[in-house]
Amino acid sequence: MNASVAPASLWSRLLEYAERRLPALTRLKRAENLPIQLDRHRIYVLPTRFGLLYSAVLIVMLVGALNYNNNPALLLTCLLGAASYQSVFQAFRMLNQLQLAALRAAPCHAGDVLRASLHFHIDGRPRRSLRLQTEGHETVFDLPHDGAIVLDISAPQRGWRRLGRMRLSSEYPFGLFHVWSWLNPEFAALVYPRLEATPPPLPRAGAATASRTVRMSGDELASLREYRPDDPQRNIAWKASARHDRLLVKEFELRRGQEIVLDYAALHGLDHESRVSRLARWVCQAETAQQPYALQLPERRLGPALGMEHRHACLRELALLPGAAP
Amino acid sequence: MNPARPLTPLQFALTAASVGAAVAPHLLRMPWLFVLPIMLVLAGRWLQRTRGGRRIPAWIKLPLIAIFPIFIIFHFGTLFGRGPGSVLACTMLALKLVETETRRDARAAVCFSSFVLMSALLFDSSLGFTLLLLAALTVLLAALRELESERPATRSLLAGLGEDLRSGAIALAAAVPLAICVFVFFPRLGSPLWGAPGDAVARTGLGDSMAPGAMQELLIDDSPAFRVRFDGLAPRRSDLYWRGPVLWQFDGNAWTRPERLASPQNSGDVEATGKPIDYEITLEPSERRWLLALDVPLSVPDGAVRGADMSLVNHTPVDSLLRYRITSSPNYVLEPQLGAEHRRLALQLPAGYDPQARELAQRWRTEFRDDSAIVRAALDLFHKEFFYTLNAPLLARDSVDDFLFGSKSGFCQHFASAFTFLMRAARIPARVVTGYQGGYYNGVGDYWVVRQSDAHAWAEVWLEGRGWVRVDPTAAVSPLRVQLGARAAAGATAPWYQADWVQAVRNRFDLINSFWNSAVVQFNVLRQQGLLTPFGVEKAEYSDLMAVLIALSALLLGVFAWWVLRAPRIAQDALDAAYAQLCGKLARAGAPREPAEGPASLAARVGTRWRELSELLAEYGQLRYAFESPPAARVVGFARKTAALRLTAIQR
Repeated sequence: MNASVAPASLWSRLLEYAERRLPALTRLKRAENLPIQLDRHRIYVLPTRFGLLYSAVLIVMLVGALNYNNNPALLLTCLLGAASYQSVFQAFRMLNQLQLAALRAAPCHAGDVLRASLHFHIDGRPRRSLRLQTEGHETVFDLPHDGAIVLDISAPQRGWRRLGRMRLSSEYPFGLFHVWSWLNPEFAALVYPRLEATPPPLPRAGAATASRTVRMSGDELASLREYRPDDPQRNIAWKASARHDRLLVKEFELRRGQEIVLDYAALHGLDHESRVSRLARWVCQAETAQQPYALQLPERRLGPALGMEHRHACLRELALLPGAAP
Repeated sequence: MNPARPLTPLQFALTAASVGAAVAPHLLRMPWLFVLPIMLVLAGRWLQRTRGGRRIPAWIKLPLIAIFPIFIIFHFGTLFGRGPGSVLACTMLALKLVETETRRDARAAVCFSSFVLMSALLFDSSLGFTLLLLAALTVLLAALRELESERPATRSLLAGLGEDLRSGAIALAAAVPLAICVFVFFPRLGSPLWGAPGDAVARTGLGDSMAPGAMQELLIDDSPAFRVRFDGLAPRRSDLYWRGPVLWQFDGNAWTRPERLASPQNSGDVEATGKPIDYEITLEPSERRWLLALDVPLSVPDGAVRGADMSLVNHTPVDSLLRYRITSSPNYVLEPQLGAEHRRLALQLPAGYDPQARELAQRWRTEFRDDSAIVRAALDLFHKEFFYTLNAPLLARDSVDDFLFGSKSGFCQHFASAFTFLMRAARIPARVVTGYQGGYYNGVGDYWVVRQSDAHAWAEVWLEGRGWVRVDPTAAVSPLRVQLGARAAAGATAPWYQADWVQAVRNRFDLINSFWNSAVVQFNVLRQQGLLTPFGVEKAEYSDLMAVLIALSALLLGVFAWWVLRAPRIAQDALDAAYAQLCGKLARAGAPREPAEGPASLAARVGTRWRELSELLAEYGQLRYAFESPPAARVVGFARKTAALRLTAIQR
């Protein structure tokens, strides 16, 4: 009994030791906060298949030179071999001290392509032929030549889209050694719900909201008022402010009686995802038509209002409704 | 990266350059039958590809792949061995370029190129050639780098090429220490793994026969035959007769050596008088078994035997540089009693050849009583009526007659042959000795170099009471030949390329070559075993060498690893560095700066204890915050004061 336990504990002790010595072994499975700096603890090196073939040819050359007792040929073989094998240092330097500094992605709708841009920082040395692999796609780039790296990622489902683990590698300079490291940044992009392809027209304006005046960012200028810290800059009336020596903000009045309510509960006969999809389409349509709208969800109500922020808030709520991607 | 991606123009160009660089050294000594097709294949493929041609179809490639080996077998009789093997490798490499369309192909082609390049050194391992091939490695590495590159479109072709070549050269330069370490300590093989080194290369050199005109080729070949270093003073130039094969048999056309004498039976019968000469010879590889020695060798080098005719024969053909020490005596009596067998051999003449010469000799025989008088008569004849030229006309069937009574001009070979014939016809035992005569003294390296063009043939006659006596009929015709050398004797005016300064340059170059030969080419298992003698290891075994090799390589690689892994230098200006030093001193004195403490609050806390400290802190605050960039002179002053600061530790 003891005999079977001992190797297991030895193995686990070994693993523990390995994790202590090489935290990258386990750490790289978790997501990390930016910036991620690559160093020798997390850069791995193996010969490529071409490297192995090349080694075989070098061995043949070595044996040939030794057999013919031909020293110049041996010298040539040694020189070529030393130059080839020392390229592992150059390969390592391609990744060493490389930093993934920032990551950005604009939201997209499910089914579209999410464009994420990665910003790398380097310490002055240019980097050649770096390859970034994400989910089967491969991007090849040089630094600092290429600046930000744009990745096109599929976004099949609404909700948070994690970028996942990326493999950054290089075989520079001679293709003999494969040097790689894992990047798993703590980052998720928001994916809005899929837009229904052929939606019914927008619901008509409801009576309950018809009499209310909404002072929001509509399109008809109503009045000027004092600036408040969270007012958008574009609403500041610069000329009027100059005349009055204080910041004034234009206030727009929405067209009276035009706002509509997009109600989740009102969409009978549709399943959950179809409702979400239709509401998302309506939000976009209302925005296009410049019609103030309110979104009524089972647990929340947004608006009525109009504008980019409102649209984003609505689509975000819809994207994160139960049933979204984690 | 997808290895099946098509090649960019620069990638193809560098791959083609690698293949060309690998094949070109072989073309120099390959039969023309193969040179032309290989060049055609390479040039054709280059043109086809650079004009945007498409993939070569299989119906062109496959027959080519089949035809070349058949050609090689037809020409050489085999596919294996150094000669046919190298031709096969070159043709296959050229064909590989034909089918190279993707990166994977190109890499395989470059990889194979390095092998072909290395195999060129099996044929010629001179210094210049080796350096040339080492430089060609740059092209190979540049090609590999370009094949890994992903950015051809935005660079100009030339800029990309320059970048690749520079990078390849740097990689090679950085590899030199490790390469030398491996080269010196990698254990050599005591004996070859397979018996290939025997397959001979056609080299010029002394043969074991003397056919008409055979020496003509040698006499214009300026490559060194061997080098000599005398322990004491060198003999006079006209005494430098380097004895090689001795030829006894004449068939009317060529002089040859009897098969039976080649085997060692007795070591000759020689009485040396006078002071012996000690010297060391470094023989260039000749693929033959002859060793050269000054007339007449008294000792026999290891691994060789001395025949009855005083010629030295090595046990194995000399296929690499061979160095041996030997002793000779210029004054000697050789074989005072001539045995019956040797007398018969030394009088043999082919029946039915050269009646006129025989008649002349018979006349001399009746005219003179004395053998030496006949010798003098022959030399007299040569001296009066013959002249020396390297451009001898071809001789008829009765070559001796044609020479003696027809052309009357020729070089050492003709004179030695005719003279020996005449002596034999006059019943005087005689034989032809081939070897070298003379040599050039290299004052820079204090040694003599003897070139192939110094090849010479002379005669030996056996005289009663004196044994074998050397007679050089060429000297009777052209004493200059013996004093100045074959070239100078043939044309009295030295051409411009043999002027003194050219000779001086050649001497120097020969010195470098000689160093290369002794330091690199000749480095073998014996010398490797002696490498560790200064460290107390008399005979280094494989394990010792491997241990040294591994230790030294690890050391060298460690240097590189340190360079790669060293902590990135944090950009810190001089002011911050000085401030850090100041804080370090404070910490050692027992008052470390708190993490959130600025210079002002630090001064307020500790400045009362050390008065000069508060001044320094105030200055730091001013330098750091009062300027866009602090004036350099004041920063230096601050750093100096900080360095000079002594803080008495706080007593606890």
